[in-house]
Amino acid sequence: MIDTPNVDWFALSPSLTTLGAAAICLLSGAFVPRWILRPFAAFFCALGFIGGGVFALLLYIETPHGSLEVADAIFRDRYAAFTQILVMGAGLLTVGVAYSSRMREDHIGEFYALLATGGAGMAFFVQSANLMTLFLSLEWFSVCLYILCAIETDLEGSLEAGLKYLIIGGMGSAVLLFGSALIYGATGELGYGAIADATRSQDLTGDPILLVGLAMLLAGLAFKSSAAPFHMWTPDVYEGAPTPVTGFMAAATKTVALVLMYRVLTVAFPEEKDVWTIAVATLAVISLAWGNIAALIQSNIKRLLAYSSISHAGFMLIAVSSANALGVRALLYYLIPYAAISIGAFAVVVARERELGEAVTLDNLAGFGWERPLLGFAMATFMLGFAGFPLTGGFMGKFLVFSSASEAGWNWLVIVGVLATLVSLYYYLAVIRSMYMRPAAELGFAPVGGSPPREIMLSSAAFIAMVVNVGSFFAVQPLVDFARSAAETLPL
Amino acid sequence: MTDWLATILIFLPLAGAVLIWVLPVGRLAGPIALLFALAEIGFWIDALGEMNFDKPGPMPNFDQRWSWFSDLGVSYHVGFYGYSFWLAGLAVVVMAAAIAYGFWVGRERPSAYFGLMLFLTSAAVGSFASEDLLLFYVFFEAMMIPLYVLIGVWGGPGRLGATIKFVIYTMAGSLLMLASVIVFGLSAGSFDLVTTPTSDNTWVFLGFLVAFAIKAPLFPLHGWLPDAYRESSPEVAAVLSGLISKAAVFGFIRICLLKFPGPFDDWRNVVLALAAIGLVYGSLLAFRAPDFRGVIAYSSLAQMGLITIGIFSVSTAGISGAVLQSVNHGLISASLFLLAGTIERRTSTGSFERLGGMARGRPVLATMLMITGIIALAVPGSSAFAGEFLILLGVFGTGWGWAVAGATGIVLAAMYMLRLISAVLHREPGPAVHDAALDLRPAELGIVLPLVGCLLALSAWPAAISGNAITTSVTPTPLRLLNPARPNDQLPEGRMDLGSTGLNR
Repeated sequence: MIDTPNVDWFALSPSLTTLGAAAICLLSGAFVPRWILRPFAAFFCALGFIGGGVFALLLYIETPHGSLEVADAIFRDRYAAFTQILVMGAGLLTVGVAYSSRMREDHIGEFYALLATGGAGMAFFVQSANLMTLFLSLEWFSVCLYILCAIETDLEGSLEAGLKYLIIGGMGSAVLLFGSALIYGATGELGYGAIADATRSQDLTGDPILLVGLAMLLAGLAFKSSAAPFHMWTPDVYEGAPTPVTGFMAAATKTVALVLMYRVLTVAFPEEKDVWTIAVATLAVISLAWGNIAALIQSNIKRLLAYSSISHAGFMLIAVSSANALGVRALLYYLIPYAAISIGAFAVVVARERELGEAVTLDNLAGFGWERPLLGFAMATFMLGFAGFPLTGGFMGKFLVFSSASEAGWNWLVIVGVLATLVSLYYYLAVIRSMYMRPAAELGFAPVGGSPPREIMLSSAAFIAMVVNVGSFFAVQPLVDFARSAAETLPL
Repeated sequence: MTDWLATILIFLPLAGAVLIWVLPVGRLAGPIALLFALAEIGFWIDALGEMNFDKPGPMPNFDQRWSWFSDLGVSYHVGFYGYSFWLAGLAVVVMAAAIAYGFWVGRERPSAYFGLMLFLTSAAVGSFASEDLLLFYVFFEAMMIPLYVLIGVWGGPGRLGATIKFVIYTMAGSLLMLASVIVFGLSAGSFDLVTTPTSDNTWVFLGFLVAFAIKAPLFPLHGWLPDAYRESSPEVAAVLSGLISKAAVFGFIRICLLKFPGPFDDWRNVVLALAAIGLVYGSLLAFRAPDFRGVIAYSSLAQMGLITIGIFSVSTAGISGAVLQSVNHGLISASLFLLAGTIERRTSTGSFERLGGMARGRPVLATMLMITGIIALAVPGSSAFAGEFLILLGVFGTGWGWAVAGATGIVLAAMYMLRLISAVLHREPGPAVHDAALDLRPAELGIVLPLVGCLLALSAWPAAISGNAITTSVTPTPLRLLNPARPNDQLPEGRMDLGSTGLNR
């Protein structure tokens, strides 16, 4: 007889709620009449994300001190709860963005079911406390994303994106799994804390097998957070996937991968800190350089945003590499405006795509800002936020990230970040330039059809993203307080 | 109420901008913006009445401080010292004139346009009022957003190239400044400009110096200047050269001088040399420029060089003169750019080859241009003369060579200004000047006349600014530190509060 562990259902509630919503969405595809299917599935998916977010918030409030639950397989702490709130928020906005997408009728139920399941997997992922749950939940949400990328089966690009993501993502997972095996081989432990204890007690610091395992684990997580040089899939997948899904991946996948990376590195490998800080800093520099320089020559907005997301992985890795208390706060704060901006920016791309019926480029964005004032203005704030201009949360995020690096004594990393920001201005401002400074008439370009469709859900999602982006600038103190108590879990 | 004046001055225009953007005001955007700009002037005059230029202690007037982000010691801290108050006054006057001009000309998409102009006013006043380093950076950067859009949307045919150049240059400087802000703030444990101690870190100092040198601009960092000034609409060019460049003056005094006295002294001669080169070089370019705006643009380069010389003379006379000259130059170049705009509207060119003889039959235009030009070339008795005299006096103690360079620049100023006046007003009528081209309309006169009136008032009483520019803010210690030979003899009587500094702990 195997002892069943004591299950803390409350700790699992964010994942479970969202999973429940996913089940309803999936069944609705079979049992709900067609004419009401779309609002029905979207409503329950949204409800699942809201419920998950509420439970995550309750977890945050009720868990001032972190603990290990369910046979030490998951963490119940504010660090995970904070991230879960972000993931749920991102999922909720994605429901709004995706609502009037041109999906085939028979895929609506599956789409929302997969979205909710992916969200649940991410919520579980950030709670994982050993390498087994880490890998399981990573695959859990990755599989959902593979299918979501390919769900628009009548689009060639969507299938291609799904396949590419599957192959390269599978590769990343394999590397991560191999790394986990090596770490287990070296230490004989799976739990993060136990790995650290074993490293100390068996004096394994600098052990080659452990280091190779650590490197492979890091590489696997870098795949997921699309940090260069493990970013090759990003532009193609972001371009090919249905745009709302792209937004969700850019916001949520990156969030959980980076948050978990910080946890694993600091909890399981405090003894190897000298090694991984340098490794992460190297990843950051490569991501910043590659992402920004490659973005300069993009004309397709989705590809441009893909490279921009690579460069933002670089900025956030600066916070990881600084490995101090301020760095955790900086990362967690940075993710708030970043997630909102990512979804918002892709939402605007969705709106333009629907209007034109073709891929959005810098050229056919011309005049958009004047035609659709709300979305145009929102997009302008998103670009300024990405670029880190004041009055947006992006600025405060960068300020905190650079501060953490400076506090860690890595002023050269601040300089690299500053130079990368300078380069990035060119392409972020290029978007604003095409929206506002090149009237459509000047290019002899006319949008098809009459007035653009009114999409209340999408516009509200973009509006909320804009409010978060600007609001997080002014409300930096409460948000950082929020992040601070979340960050106290980590041994820094 | 009095305590709130700095905050009101910062946020009143922003409130106007939000009002214009959110409400469907349509064509009423211009009048509303003008109303807010005039109210802003009203509040500034009110503040002038309340301002205590001899306020003892380190705290500025209208001091307000709320913690914004306590982890790193960032706060919303605003207030005015003498020099920053005069620069803010320049800001509200120049912005009001620019908004009035934009309204008179009738810009397309008025709500976007006037909202951005008000937003810019807020950012400019805010950067002069900031007493927190990060807050200053926020306002300093926030000026970029409206400027970028104002040039890029309402500018001339070459506007896209001009905006890219402008943004890349200024952002290169200000992002390096961000690195400096972070390093300075973290090592001091606070970003508050009043309470933080001074620093000796040369690299951090250079980050600030370069950012302000680009903004000013100083030779050889002026590459963005001609394009931006030529491609902007006239009122935006007026704001750029008259007002935005003065953020550099504030930065040089408030941050470079007061926070980095050691590195400031080390790099003084380098900056003085660059400023002197810029002064002479800019003046020569202005003398050779083929068009109206070219002359003003390069004369701005020259004038900013002169102002920088005044600041880096590190003497009370020099800095007071620099502040006075900042206000003078702001008013002069704003009125010149607006006059250039009115001339371009009549002739659709600013090229001297196609202009000329405009004085005949257009007495008002000729008078305005003449008065501004005469003041600009620093004829004795004018406020510009007072400013330049003080700067030369201040720098003479540092080294007579700098004074010679400064004097050369002043001679050259006479040459290019007279060339400008004669090329536009005198000679034979140019091919672009039709007899039907009107004199200044009453509304246009109403826009330029207040600027010229301010200049005339300052000519009558330049000491209003120069005597009230630096008091408690520029502490005597750095001045003495840098000029050990001449301790107090240069300080205006009764102006320096020697005991209560608190700034150098």
